Amino acid sequence: MSNNNDITTNVLTEPGKWVAQYADYLYTYAYTRINDEDLAKDLVQETFLAALEKLDQFKGNSSERTWLTAILKNKVIDVYRKKSSAFAKKTDVVEAEQEQQDFFDHDDGHWNVEHRPKAFGIEEQDPLTNKEFNYILQKCLQKLPALWLSVFTMKHMDDQTTDVICEELRVSPSNFWVIIHRTKLNLRACLQKNWI
Amino acid sequence: MDELTKIAYNCRKATHLIEKKLIDHLTLREKLELKIHLAGCSVCRVFEQQSSLINKMVRDLFHPEKITELKLDEEYKKQMQERIEEKLNKH
Repeated sequence: MSNNNDITTNVLTEPGKWVAQYADYLYTYAYTRINDEDLAKDLVQETFLAALEKLDQFKGNSSERTWLTAILKNKVIDVYRKKSSAFAKKTDVVEAEQEQQDFFDHDDGHWNVEHRPKAFGIEEQDPLTNKEFNYILQKCLQKLPALWLSVFTMKHMDDQTTDVICEELRVSPSNFWVIIHRTKLNLRACLQKNWI
Repeated sequence: MDELTKIAYNCRKATHLIEKKLIDHLTLREKLELKIHLAGCSVCRVFEQQSSLINKMVRDLFHPEKITELKLDEEYKKQMQERIEEKLNKH
């Protein structure tokens, strides 16, 4: 009884070693993107189980880790989609928009004095060495509305194309740019408020 | 006000163009508009520098290769291992 669907015939991969080799990596990947320990754990488990189901599709063109990460990535996007769907998005987006309504003068669009960007004072050094600043950045990211964070994360952490993001999260291209702009306004203001 | 004068004073629009420039590209006209604005607006020049810094930090911060790997608890790993083996043995 040997056919290609037989789970034991794929010699390119060793599922028995997945947990030991990739569980921590995949967990880190998931946790940094969704910020929820339990959900991240679930996604790692689901990834392994889904991979077992389609073991015959693994051709060894990429590494096992890359293949597993791609499966996990789709699961993360599903989470984003659920979180930012019509049910969840309304109030958090409205609140975030209110935060920035006084950033600019309503008539001429100029920065209002109290909201003007001021130097962080770390522009000259390598910010990655600044743990405290990174910590504040993460806190500020968590304050963003689910839809905005999803768009921002897909763009910057995963380098997705704008088309893919619009399609996956069901936002129009013009709304995409509004979200990118508004996300940065709030994120930058949050950093300034908590850092300086 | 003609269009170019408008952009020269409009920081909301300028910051929008900065975001577009950082992850996509601007049309020639948009480039010109932004250049004129930034020439006269030091506040938006600070914004641009910080915005690009934030993008870089977010990018680097979340790459598992670059950050300390988190550890999944051993008990959970054991359970996953058992489920995988159970599935493998079924075949």
